[in-house]
Amino acid sequence: MAFEYAPAPESRAVVDIAPSYGLFIDGEFTEAADGKVFKTVSPSTEEVLSEVARAGEADVDRAVSAARKAFGKWSALPGSERAKYLFRMARIIQERSRELAVLETLDNGKPIKETRDADLPLVAAHFFYYAGWADKLGHAGFGSDPRPLGVAGQVIPWNFPLLMLAWKIAPALATGNTVVLKPAETTPLSALFFADVCRQAGLPKGVVNILPGYGDAGAALVAHPDVNKVAFTGSTAVGKEIARTVAGTRKKLTLELGGKGANIVFDDAPVDQAVEGIVTGIFFNQGQVCCAGSRLLVQESIQDELLESLKRRLSTLRLGDPLDKNTDIGAINSAEQLARITALAEQGEAEGAERWSPTCELPSSGYWFAPTLFTNVTQAHTIARDEIFGPVLSVLTFRTPEEAVAKANNTQYGLSAGIWTEKGSRILAVANKLRAGVVWSNTFNKFDPTSPFGGYKESGFGREGGRHGLEAYLDV
Amino acid sequence: MPTSAPSPEASAPRQQGGTPTALADVTASDSTLRRFLHGLPGVDTVGLEARAASLGTRSIKTTAKAYAIDLAISMVDLTTLEGADTPGKVRALGAKAVHPDPTDRTTPTTAAVCVYPDMVAVAKEAVAGSGVKVASVATAFPAGRAALDVKLADVREAVAAGADEIDMVIDRGAFLAGRYMKVYDEIVAVKEACGTSARLKVIFETGELSTYDNIRRASWLGMLAGADFIKTSTGKVAVNATPANTLLMLEAVRDFRAQTGVQVGVKPAGGIRTSKDAVKFLVLVNETAGEDWLDNHWFRFGASSLLNDLLMQRQKLATGRYSGPDYVTVD
Repeated sequence: MAFEYAPAPESRAVVDIAPSYGLFIDGEFTEAADGKVFKTVSPSTEEVLSEVARAGEADVDRAVSAARKAFGKWSALPGSERAKYLFRMARIIQERSRELAVLETLDNGKPIKETRDADLPLVAAHFFYYAGWADKLGHAGFGSDPRPLGVAGQVIPWNFPLLMLAWKIAPALATGNTVVLKPAETTPLSALFFADVCRQAGLPKGVVNILPGYGDAGAALVAHPDVNKVAFTGSTAVGKEIARTVAGTRKKLTLELGGKGANIVFDDAPVDQAVEGIVTGIFFNQGQVCCAGSRLLVQESIQDELLESLKRRLSTLRLGDPLDKNTDIGAINSAEQLARITALAEQGEAEGAERWSPTCELPSSGYWFAPTLFTNVTQAHTIARDEIFGPVLSVLTFRTPEEAVAKANNTQYGLSAGIWTEKGSRILAVANKLRAGVVWSNTFNKFDPTSPFGGYKESGFGREGGRHGLEAYLDV
Repeated sequence: MPTSAPSPEASAPRQQGGTPTALADVTASDSTLRRFLHGLPGVDTVGLEARAASLGTRSIKTTAKAYAIDLAISMVDLTTLEGADTPGKVRALGAKAVHPDPTDRTTPTTAAVCVYPDMVAVAKEAVAGSGVKVASVATAFPAGRAALDVKLADVREAVAAGADEIDMVIDRGAFLAGRYMKVYDEIVAVKEACGTSARLKVIFETGELSTYDNIRRASWLGMLAGADFIKTSTGKVAVNATPANTLLMLEAVRDFRAQTGVQVGVKPAGGIRTSKDAVKFLVLVNETAGEDWLDNHWFRFGASSLLNDLLMQRQKLATGRYSGPDYVTVD
């Protein structure tokens, strides 16, 4: 008899999702000016979770003026006072973490294991970390009394809805800015719950405004003349559009865009841990991670044994109900994203790469994609060049460290890379040559609020996290 | 690292008590053995421990839990290794192994009782006819600091008294001094002394080997020398079985079988006291070595207090009530 794990679902009862939500402007939930709404669904079941007000241009205007009005008092507060709010928010997030984790899993489709053990702890840690900076800005290396910029317009993606919100809002508030944030249209709920956290923390009205909506609301926000700072995380295509919009204005801009991270495995790597790192690199959050290690560069001499180990490991991945505590692979966030992943995978096959997936039953409703591996991939294949943003790994080989570096860097992106070797000198030598904002060695997809994160080339500019992350929100 | 696996059904993968034919060259000399062991892939400490911790978050409920608890009970090597052991104590242990829960005869028996060599005869009698094996620690357990003749005499005494399994300790001093061939030869000699009747468990005392690289090397060394089981520890030092060192040893037996066709068992011992811990170890087995090892022929828990906790959890699952320590036997 085999060891079959019985279902172990996390209870949905810990979260109370209202049938409808408004925009959060000036401390109040309010309908959109034109009364428009949209539905948000659970990607694992396609069940409608709630109906959410859809922000339009008029709402953006309202939110920005609320943020402008709040800016004077907020920025004049002593840093130690702003810190108190941030600490309070961090603690509330910790206290409500189970609720928020279940909510995020429902709205995003990612496994509860990840929201519980990665997203939520990182969200709270980010607020704690920047709370600590609020009264020490004079010691951050940006002058003795660096000033905030004003109103920050922030547009975030759906892959880590609450974590990306934290990356944007925590440093903005710590430095004395006020915020208008637009969550992604497929994952508006955790941002709206965060609005409630702001109220619970007694945050002054207008300091944080949340505008659920589509691309048009995002475009209106970044184009708004009274916005001083634009921060965007998302696709490179949209990032370029935003850069064009902002060009010629006095707005300060940071972009965190796509990636095609190389995970380089040398022949002297700790094989079992490298296999884990490859899995974490590309299957964490179903590969919907901008810094995913979506290109595996393996030294040709160990390719066969590594792939054998990797395939064996992929066969143990558990795909299914994201609320089940034993689920490793959840749902793809939207039908649209699923279609994109499917099309790119088909293109990979059409271009001659060899496709492999473990035997894996996909649920009948919802958006699902089996973990997929492509071998016989070269630099010329689309799947080695384009960001897939899904659970699809392209395997390429190299012969020498020079070739590994050349191939790793041979991409329009430059967000992340990984190095696997037991040889310390090689880690240092290779890391220095990689043009990627984050280089992990003997690990992958590890995040910490103290560490700056950001890209080279078409992966964007500006850094989030760490002391460096303050700069984007200061007038320096 | 072993590459493509020869088919497991390859004829005579291992001569009795010796190195598998596929790896015969490895043990040709001290230097080939050293080169092989040092050529095994390194272990990244952080990564290994993270993987073990992540498997520790598996949530095992209801039917899965019932299955795991019964399996764990059937894998216990119920152990008493005290200076104060008496025939009475060993008989009580034997009775417990045969009928772990006197109130529920559907409870599986434990795999074995584990005693010192001088208690083997008593233990043998206590479990006679039940299918419960008698394991005996030997080779100057737990320090292993005795001449080879003395160790072998220890083993022969236990085997002659009817031990089904011998738990030997390796010479950690020799291992840490880099004298791998000495360790190898000693295991081979002990294996020979076990004859065909007793299975050999080789204890590394992982807490003394200290690094994961050493534990991987020791695992391969033990398997090359003919171990039927590789075992973490004696239970007599500060650090005994941990999820990480057991995970590492499970990887070793998995890879060893892939390369040689020979399956070797794993026995974490010491420090596993709760059902929750035991279930975590079974998850490690399931997701690392695979279901072929989910059997007491291939996986054991060296433990004493663990059994009562498993029994209490078993009663709780059956009745819905947690009855408490007065409802299991104290031996």
